Amino acid sequence: MTWNSPAEFFAMGGYAFYVWGSFGVTALALLIEPMLLKKRRSEVLRSLQRELSAKERSQ
Amino acid sequence: MSVITWKYASPQYFYPLAGKMIPWFSLLAVIFGAAGLWLGFFVAPTDAQQGEGYRIIFIHVGASWMSMFLYLVMAFWAGIGLSFNTRLSSMMATALAPTGAMFAFLSLWTGALWGKPMWGTWWVWDARLTSELILFFLYLGFIALQAAIDEPRRADKAGAILALVGVVNVPIIYFSVKWWNTLHQGASVSLTQAPSMAKTMLLGMLMMALCFWMYSVAVALMRVRAIMLERERHSEWVANLREVQP
Repeated sequence: MTWNSPAEFFAMGGYAFYVWGSFGVTALALLIEPMLLKKRRSEVLRSLQRELSAKERSQ
Repeated sequence: MSVITWKYASPQYFYPLAGKMIPWFSLLAVIFGAAGLWLGFFVAPTDAQQGEGYRIIFIHVGASWMSMFLYLVMAFWAGIGLSFNTRLSSMMATALAPTGAMFAFLSLWTGALWGKPMWGTWWVWDARLTSELILFFLYLGFIALQAAIDEPRRADKAGAILALVGVVNVPIIYFSVKWWNTLHQGASVSLTQAPSMAKTMLLGMLMMALCFWMYSVAVALMRVRAIMLERERHSEWVANLREVQP
């Protein structure tokens, strides 16, 4: 084990800004992309549902 | 075999199959990601020259590989769509572009954050960095070009030409560190030479690369499903889906 304490882990031997800046932005990107896709899907589904129910009423 | 393959080339059959595959690829991404982070932060030793700063390698290399690999996959599907007029192939190419662009951005971003403490600069106009930046612009160009054309099948064709021409940039990125003198170090993993880094470092890097790969499959499938619904909204198979019933 490289680390003796959590503080040492977060300090990353003085490279905290660079290491956490890399991992943080990557994690954020990998979380946001699927969230946006879920939103996109639910928007399409909602508009399709609206279209179909409008069609049913007109028949 | 070929009957089965062709069947899934149609959106109607591919849509539910993709839906079933998404959770499995997401699960694999989480497993590989957890293993990679564990190896990267808790097992891999401190680097003799770069201290703890080198740990950026665990995402930088995987993100760079994915940015190049996804471009090739995107160009492949775009090319298939162009030659055989298969609409699902073109939709797959469109679905891959934003994820590829994201990995190209992450490659540049983590590279800048690694370059600053080690080289003393965020950016240099050398061959490796510049060709990766061009890859990022190629992705953006592909996305913008397709967005600018209203008719989807024409957008597919125009995008495919751009994607195929841009393929020339991928070997340039890959071999740039061999062909030119650059600040960037040589290839991290070579098929012809014994690995130069500690085994645990290499393994952590590969795990993170696998995590990004599985993640890319999962999100590309999510996006292609949304694209199928958007483009084929007036077709019967979409109207018959259980999830669109009012």
